[in-house]
Amino acid sequence: MKFPALKTYAIVYLIFLYAPIVLLPLFAFNNSKVIAFPLSGFTTEWFQMMWNDTQLFKAVKNSLIIAVSSSVLSTCLGVFAARASTRFNFPGKGSILGLIMLPMVLPEMIVAMSLLVVLLTIGMPLSILTIIMGHLLICTPFAVAILSSAFQSLDRSLEEAAYDLGETPASTFRLIVLPLVMPGIISSLLICFTISLDEFIIAYFLGGNQTVLSVYIYGQFRFPARVPAIMALGTVLVCLSICLLSIAEFYRRRGIARTGAKDTGGFL
Amino acid sequence: MSSGGFLQRIGRSEAANGLTMISPTAIYAILLLAAPLVTVFVYSFMADGPAGSLIADFSFANYVKIWTGKIYRAIMLRSLWVSMAVTAVTVILAYPVAYFVSFNVPPNKKALWLFLITIPFWTSYLIRVFLWKVILGYNGVINSGLLSLGIIDEPLTSLNYNVQAFVITLAHAYAPFAILPIYVALEKIDRSLLEAGQDLGESRLMTFWRVTLPLSMPGVIAAILIVFIPTIGDYVTPDLIGGGKLPMIANMIQVEMLKQNHKAMGSAIAVSAMLIVAGVTLIFLLLNRRFLKGQK
Repeated sequence: MKFPALKTYAIVYLIFLYAPIVLLPLFAFNNSKVIAFPLSGFTTEWFQMMWNDTQLFKAVKNSLIIAVSSSVLSTCLGVFAARASTRFNFPGKGSILGLIMLPMVLPEMIVAMSLLVVLLTIGMPLSILTIIMGHLLICTPFAVAILSSAFQSLDRSLEEAAYDLGETPASTFRLIVLPLVMPGIISSLLICFTISLDEFIIAYFLGGNQTVLSVYIYGQFRFPARVPAIMALGTVLVCLSICLLSIAEFYRRRGIARTGAKDTGGFL
Repeated sequence: MSSGGFLQRIGRSEAANGLTMISPTAIYAILLLAAPLVTVFVYSFMADGPAGSLIADFSFANYVKIWTGKIYRAIMLRSLWVSMAVTAVTVILAYPVAYFVSFNVPPNKKALWLFLITIPFWTSYLIRVFLWKVILGYNGVINSGLLSLGIIDEPLTSLNYNVQAFVITLAHAYAPFAILPIYVALEKIDRSLLEAGQDLGESRLMTFWRVTLPLSMPGVIAAILIVFIPTIGDYVTPDLIGGGKLPMIANMIQVEMLKQNHKAMGSAIAVSAMLIVAGVTLIFLLLNRRFLKGQK
């Protein structure tokens, strides 16, 4: 059934979604310290200002360490949980999975604060490691969700065929299961990486005096003079995340083509 | 016979295998999620001593203070009101888009549309919130744009630093969260039901009202929950857009826990927030069950 006005509405909605993001490059190249219309001229000064900030690079380095470790570790944890939940039936399955998926429905502040209270009580110093611990909690549910659908579309008879042909469970997993769920693993890695990179509350409260990218950005907002440089940084980040997403989408489609499923679209 | 023993071993090992395989993830979640949450729950019944110490004097005093204290209640009601308004706005705006992508877009272009919808969501949340501050602020993009075009003579003040600004910012931030579940529910609807509705003499609008909308309700309820839960616990928007003058629950937890060093009180607020979230979730899950029952 077609309602022609809907298309107009959908396009207006997309404009609403993209409007703030379009402002980023607009003001990143605008020759004015104030973020306001009318635009006054072209400059790359803000990109230089961003580039010359050594603090930014320290924060990016910390963020990359955290995002790589959390994405790899949470994907590993996700593989265990997804494989267990799609392949086996065991007592307490629902409640164990519920606990693992809980951070998805829990306000992040509560996850951060409860973890912080315990860390302070046992006297563990706040560092990059504690941020990774927190990020693992919030990334793992996403990894489990993505990987479960990858493991679900797996044909059991392929594994059984491998057993019949004399492969051990370990070699079957390596030779049959792993290549087939590889696209799921890659998109889980990319999505966990993006979530961890973007995450602010846990990084802010569990990081001690270690600054990561999101905390750096937050700190810069206090100085109006630094705002155009943040616009420049935002432009760079938007370009990077569009690249990452395109790669993720490519692997997702390839995975679907490989297992012969129908394209349902979307990541979630 | 060996085959009997083999079957038995398989039967026994299915549960054991599953538990062993899930154990790394489960142990991690128990140690770093369940244990801290239990700690917070226990702390919430204790009393705050001087300099961040805790007194093991178990009572409901903190909860009484939160649920009857004027400031606490005002902040909780504000959080609830903001997140409900955001949820309503987001879901109502998102439904037609999900409907459009599911019913009007040709199948080979659906993935592209969904991709377009999700891209803004994957760009830095902090920067997106800040951009809305820049757009809606007193000297912001809207005001300066309208001023330079000569449409207004002085900056509008109805846009900035208020609850409406929270709602716009958050409705933008959570848009894809609302569209995707509704889209999935709409995709599942058997298209022949709609034809049947029209064959039986219903108008297009009535078919939508009596067939499509009820069948897509599980998606709508999922969208409501997915938007409601994170927005009620949002920290960044009240902090950046509201300039810290209009705190919500997350800001209140942070102030009690870290600035005031009142761990017991902060814990009690956190538990109260969880109770609110759980209560709202339960209501909608029950509603969902009713809709699911209605389908059969």
